[in-house]
Amino acid sequence: MSINATPAGAEVTAEAERPGGRHAAVPAQRAGRRARTPLSENKRAERRLGWLLCAPAALVMVLVTAYPIIYSVWLSLQRFDLRFPDQREFIGLENYATVLTNQFWWTAFGVTALITVVTVAIELVLGMALALLMHRTLVGRGIVRTAALIPYGIVTVVAAFSWRYAWTPGTGYLANLFDGSAPLTERASSLAIIMLAEIWKTTPFMALLLMAGLALVPEDLLKAASTDGATAWQRFTKVMLPVMKPAILVALLFRTLDAFRVFDNIFVLTAGGNETSSVSMLAYNNLIRGLNLGIGSTMSVLIFLTVAIIAFVFVKLFGTAAPGSDDGERR
Amino acid sequence: MATETTTRAKLRWGLLDVIVVVFAFIPVLWIASLSFKTPATLADGKFWPREWTLDNYRTIFATDQFIRALVNSIGIALIATLVAVVLGAMAAYAISRLDFPGKKLLVGVSLLIAMFPQVSLVSPLFEIERQLGLFDTWPGLILPYITFALPLAIYTLSAFFKQIPWDLEKAAKMDGATQGQAFRRVIAPLAAPGLFTTAILVFIFCWNDFLFAISLTSTERSRTVPAALSFFTGASQFEDPTGAICAAAVVITIPIILFVLFFQRRIVSGLTSGAVKG
Repeated sequence: MSINATPAGAEVTAEAERPGGRHAAVPAQRAGRRARTPLSENKRAERRLGWLLCAPAALVMVLVTAYPIIYSVWLSLQRFDLRFPDQREFIGLENYATVLTNQFWWTAFGVTALITVVTVAIELVLGMALALLMHRTLVGRGIVRTAALIPYGIVTVVAAFSWRYAWTPGTGYLANLFDGSAPLTERASSLAIIMLAEIWKTTPFMALLLMAGLALVPEDLLKAASTDGATAWQRFTKVMLPVMKPAILVALLFRTLDAFRVFDNIFVLTAGGNETSSVSMLAYNNLIRGLNLGIGSTMSVLIFLTVAIIAFVFVKLFGTAAPGSDDGERR
Repeated sequence: MATETTTRAKLRWGLLDVIVVVFAFIPVLWIASLSFKTPATLADGKFWPREWTLDNYRTIFATDQFIRALVNSIGIALIATLVAVVLGAMAAYAISRLDFPGKKLLVGVSLLIAMFPQVSLVSPLFEIERQLGLFDTWPGLILPYITFALPLAIYTLSAFFKQIPWDLEKAAKMDGATQGQAFRRVIAPLAAPGLFTTAILVFIFCWNDFLFAISLTSTERSRTVPAALSFFTGASQFEDPTGAICAAAVVITIPIILFVLFFQRRIVSGLTSGAVKG
């Protein structure tokens, strides 16, 4: 380490460039011995290696998301219909006015919001029950976990076809239970089936995230509460829930944003008929079926903004408990 | 008395287990059952087939349509998985082992991408890929898959890497192993399970995708099975495609079932460790 004979000045500038001292706590200890040259050759090599290793992943992620989203803002400011390419021109916010005053957009928005709220609420309850079962069951823990992973792993479109045929009059075992009416041709029952398909598919994921939280609940604490005469319900609400709060919020955030993207099930079950389109479905239809890039991009941007707002509200609610943040361990 | 309560408790848990198992398997069994029904009994509304047939499977494997889609699905998912795991492992190693500015930014960016609404990318990617000639090609799907799989790979792998006792590497080197030997003999075997688990999770993600598959492809050249299913026809154009769709659906469910049966423990630990410990 004593070979570090590079001009001291260079070290100082490197040190000055360091942004805001975010990791100040850690380097401060190590740097204590050599306050003048806190960035040793090793340290700089470590940084270089760190950047080098992260660069490819960061580059791909940014190139495939950041650039297109900016590009779609640009597209959303144009009249751009691929069926009439010569009419392409810059029209400012006109597309936004068109979309935001369109009743189809607001219907789809309402449907998406309804599906999101209802499914996430039900999934939270069922997911918690499933998590408790997977975590605490005395028999068949492996079997129940394996079974729970089936809906998680299965291709959504496959499951959606299964539900569709199940509710098709004549063919389906479920439709025939309800005297052969055609539930997928009516709005309310279609929405209920879409939600059923979503809940079946994603409750296990919710449960797995919650189970990670359950594993953090100290067994001694539960025993102590039990000895003190706490009922099962009290142990659940007074001991488990507080410890699990971060896990619950993470699970809620992920599922809410995921539910908001609902597309596959609607595409297969109703193809958006009877006003069951979600915003994703509507954007897809405008783009691929309608070939209207301007309007499609406007919807893309609006969906992006909505998701950003939801995420922001969640992150404000639980701050540093976000998965992957280093602060997690220091809590 | 004590044994009686545990027996009763076991029965109660067992009953709940059965409910979950039934609920999880019914839709899968139903579509499998449909795929074995003959055209005549397809619409009889019975849960189990009265007459069994493999004709639906013969039909789909007799056409180019399904085989092409299957090859596309397998190829695209495997390549995307490989690239995402390699890039993810590099980044995860840096995140869990090295100290460098910008680390938090990377973690934050990948969190944002995990929450990103994919449909927002469909319009711009559709236009960009058309201009670059990537529309309806394998790379045209592989790129977005890698992007959305990376956050998953990075989270899961950093959680795994944080558990590896890295000091062993130093110890091996002190015992006279070279850097290469230390990596091959000590670190690689320790890291392999984490890499493998991550690969399974990423593969399931790519295998599952429908939105990109249906928006960024237009022909059999790169259409994957989930997208191809909705374009299915029967043996002839006038035949009901239900049987064929169900058979194809069962075929693409088989790898998922195998993963789940053989690697349940790994998948569960991968999904739970990445989520909370971070």
